[in-house]
Amino acid sequence: MRINSREELELRRGEFKASLDSQSKQILICAGTGCVAGGSLDIYEKLKELMEENDIACSVVLEKEPHDTIGLKKSGCHGFCEMGPLLRIEPMGWLYIKVKVEDCEEIIKKSILGNEVIDRLVYQDKESRSYQKQDEIPFYRQQTRVALEHCGHINAESIKEYIAVGGYHAASKALFDMTPEQIVNEISDSSLRGRGGGGFPTGRKWGQVLKQDEESRYVVCNGDEGDPGAFMDRSMMEGDPHRVIEGMLIAAIATKAHNGYIYVRAEYPLAVSRLEIAIQKATERGLLGKNILGSGFDFDLKISQGAGAFVCGEGSALTSSIEGNRGMPRVKPPRTVEQGLFGKPTVLNNVETFCNVPPIINNGAQWYKTMGPKNNHGTKAFALTGNVNNTGLIEVPMGTTLREVIFDIGGGVKGGEFKAVQIGGPSGGCLCLNAEENHLDLAMDFDSLKKVGAMIGSGGLVVMNDQSCMVEVARFFMDFTQNESCGKCIPCREGTRRMLELLTDITSGRGTMEHIELLEDLADTISETALCGLGKTAASPVISTLKYFRDEYIAHVVDKKCLAGECKALLSIIIDPDLCKGCSKCARMCPVDAIHGEIKKPFTIDQSKCIKCGTCLDGCKFNAIIQA
Amino acid sequence: MESNEQIKINRILDDYNYDPALVIAIMQEVQKDYRYLPEELLCYIARQLKISEAKVYGVATFYENFSLDPKGKYLIKICDGTACHVRKSIPILEEFRKQLKLSEAKPTTDDMLFTVETVSCLGACGLAPVCTVNDKVYPAMTPVKARDLIEKLKEEAHANQ
Repeated sequence: MRINSREELELRRGEFKASLDSQSKQILICAGTGCVAGGSLDIYEKLKELMEENDIACSVVLEKEPHDTIGLKKSGCHGFCEMGPLLRIEPMGWLYIKVKVEDCEEIIKKSILGNEVIDRLVYQDKESRSYQKQDEIPFYRQQTRVALEHCGHINAESIKEYIAVGGYHAASKALFDMTPEQIVNEISDSSLRGRGGGGFPTGRKWGQVLKQDEESRYVVCNGDEGDPGAFMDRSMMEGDPHRVIEGMLIAAIATKAHNGYIYVRAEYPLAVSRLEIAIQKATERGLLGKNILGSGFDFDLKISQGAGAFVCGEGSALTSSIEGNRGMPRVKPPRTVEQGLFGKPTVLNNVETFCNVPPIINNGAQWYKTMGPKNNHGTKAFALTGNVNNTGLIEVPMGTTLREVIFDIGGGVKGGEFKAVQIGGPSGGCLCLNAEENHLDLAMDFDSLKKVGAMIGSGGLVVMNDQSCMVEVARFFMDFTQNESCGKCIPCREGTRRMLELLTDITSGRGTMEHIELLEDLADTISETALCGLGKTAASPVISTLKYFRDEYIAHVVDKKCLAGECKALLSIIIDPDLCKGCSKCARMCPVDAIHGEIKKPFTIDQSKCIKCGTCLDGCKFNAIIQA
Repeated sequence: MESNEQIKINRILDDYNYDPALVIAIMQEVQKDYRYLPEELLCYIARQLKISEAKVYGVATFYENFSLDPKGKYLIKICDGTACHVRKSIPILEEFRKQLKLSEAKPTTDDMLFTVETVSCLGACGLAPVCTVNDKVYPAMTPVKARDLIEKLKEEAHANQ
C-alpha cells in the first residue's frame, strides 16, 4: 500500500495509468455541489444498477490489473453548472447536459453498448447549433485550465487516478531534486500572486517564512471562501482535493514546515468529506505523515472547520479561529509570516494559489509566464453567476477581457441588457459600460482592475442586467458586511451600520442629497481607519456604484424614482383607465382593499393604502395595471 | 444534567482529547446532536476543558452557525448570496415567512416544526435561487414552489406523528 520511494511512485503511476487506459469507456458524472443538488447521484446509482442488470463489466474504482471495463465515476465540478446535471463519456469527449434518471437506459443502450451520440442530450446554442464534444462548446473552448486541470476529469475520491494523471510528481521533484531555496526561487520567478484577493507574490511570502529563526512553522490553506457568489475554491477542494494537498506539501518542503491545516467553511460539507478521504488516502500511501516517499521529510495535515464567519477569511482572524477563539483580526505587524498560527511563522495561501504550485514545479516558471500579462502571469478561475446565460465555473488566462468572459464564454446576459458586473464580492467594485467608461474591453488582471477601483478578489463575477438597481446592490453588500463585521474596531462596527441606514433610507425613498454626501464622507473614514481588510474595503461597493452610477442615486433621492424598478417603496402601481374594463378582479384580489371603482368603469388604486405587493399586476387579464 | 447526556458529551470531549483549541469542533458535534447549544452544556464543556464560561460563550455567540435557541424540526435556509439575490431570493424568503407566519424577529414556529433563516451563499450559484431544508438543496426556487414545499413538509410531519 505505502509508497516508499520516488522510483516506486513512478512504478505505481505506470500501473494505475495502464488500468485507467484499459477502461474502454468512462462515464464521468459531475458530483459537485450544484449537480448533486440537481440529482446527479441518483443518475450515478441508476447507471450502476443498469450496468449490473445488463451484465456490463463496470468499475467504480480503478482495478488493480488492467482489464476491459466501463469506468463509472463521480467527478468534481465540470463547470457548466447552468446545464447540470452533467455527464461526460470518454474517450469520445461527449458531454450530455440536463441529464435525468429516465435518460439512463438510453445512454447505456446507445452510447455505452453502442457508439451513438444522443442528440437531444447534447448542448445547443441559441442559434440551435449542436455540440457533441465538450471541447467544442464555446463555454469550454475559450478557457485555459491550469488550477482546474483535473476538476471533472478524474474520480475526485481516487488517489490512484490522481497519481495516474501525474499527481505527486511535482512533490517528489521538490523533495529529491530541489532545495527549499530553489523551490522558493522557482515560485518567485513564476511571479505567481495570491489568488485569494490581495495578489501578494507567493514566492516572496514563502521566502519570508523560510528565513525565520523559529523552527516550528505552519502551512495553512485558506478555504474559507465567504464571498457571496464565489465557488471556485469549493470546486477545487471537491473536485481535485489531492492537488490542494500536493500544493501544500510543496509549500511545506519549501519552508521546512511539518504541520498544516486546511480551514474550510462550514457551508461546504462535501469539500470537507472529499478532503478527509484524500488526506486519509495520502497518509496511507506515505505521501503525508512521517518519512514521505522515504525522504525523511514529515508533514501532517489536518482539517479545521469554520463555523460561519466571513471575517475568518482574513489571515489573523483565520488563525485565531483555528486556535479555538473568536475569529477576530489583530493589529499587524507582526505579520502572519512572522507570527501566525499558534504564534509561529505561517504560510497562509488560498486554495487556488496552492493548486497552481504543482504545475509550476513540474513545468517551470518560464512555462507559467507564457500566460497572462507581465506581473500578472497565469490563469484565474472565476465563478460566473447572476444574470448570465451560462452560469458556471471558468478559468481563463489573466488579462482576458470581460466581454470575452460574459459574451463568448457566458453566452450573454440573461433577461435584459448588460448593466454592470460586480467583481470581488463585498470588498470589490463594479464594472460597467456607459458613455465615459468601457470596462467590457478592460483586461482582467490584478493591476488593470485596481486602476478602475475594482479588484479581482477571490474571483466572483456577478453579472447584472438593467433590472438590477445599483443602489440596492450597494445596500445588499453593506447589509452583508455589517452583518459580518466582527465588532472589534469602531469604524467598521458603527460605520457600516450607519452606512447601511443611509442606504436603506435612500432605497426606501427617504433619502436626500445630504445622505449621499454623508455616505461619501463615511466611506472615506472607514477605508482609512478600519483595522482589517474586511473593514478597509467595506465601503468599496458604495464608492464604486457612486462613481459609475451616481445618476441612479440622484434619481432615488431627488425624483424619488428607482430607474431599474427594483426598489418597491419608490414604485407606484396605477391602473391605465383606457385599458381597464372595470371587471373588479383586482379589487377582489387586493389584500389591503386599496382598489375601488364601479363595475364596467375604470378602477383606481388608493396609493396611501397600496403596499405594492404586485398581486393585482399578475391578476389583470387586460394588462391595464402598470408599475411606474 | 442527566447522566446519559453527560456520557454523550464526555464521549465527544474524549474524541477531541479535551483540547481547548478544538472547542469549535466540539460545539459543532454537540450542535449536530441537539440542533442547538443548551446553556448548561456550554458550562459543562467549559469546566471540562478548563477554560472560562465566558470564553466558551464568546466563541458560541461569535459564529453564525451556533445557536443558543432551539430550532425547528425543519430548518429552512434561504440563500441570499449575490447570485441568488439578483435572481430574486427575497420574494421567496417573504413567501416562506408569510406561509408560516414568521418574521426576522421570530424565526421558529410555536410548534417547533419550522425555522426560517437566510444564509449568505451556499455556493450553488448555478441553481440560483436556492434554499435548503435540513441541508437538502432545492434548486431554482420560486414563491409558488416555496408554498408547495411547505405543504409537502407539513404533510410529511403529520404522517410521521
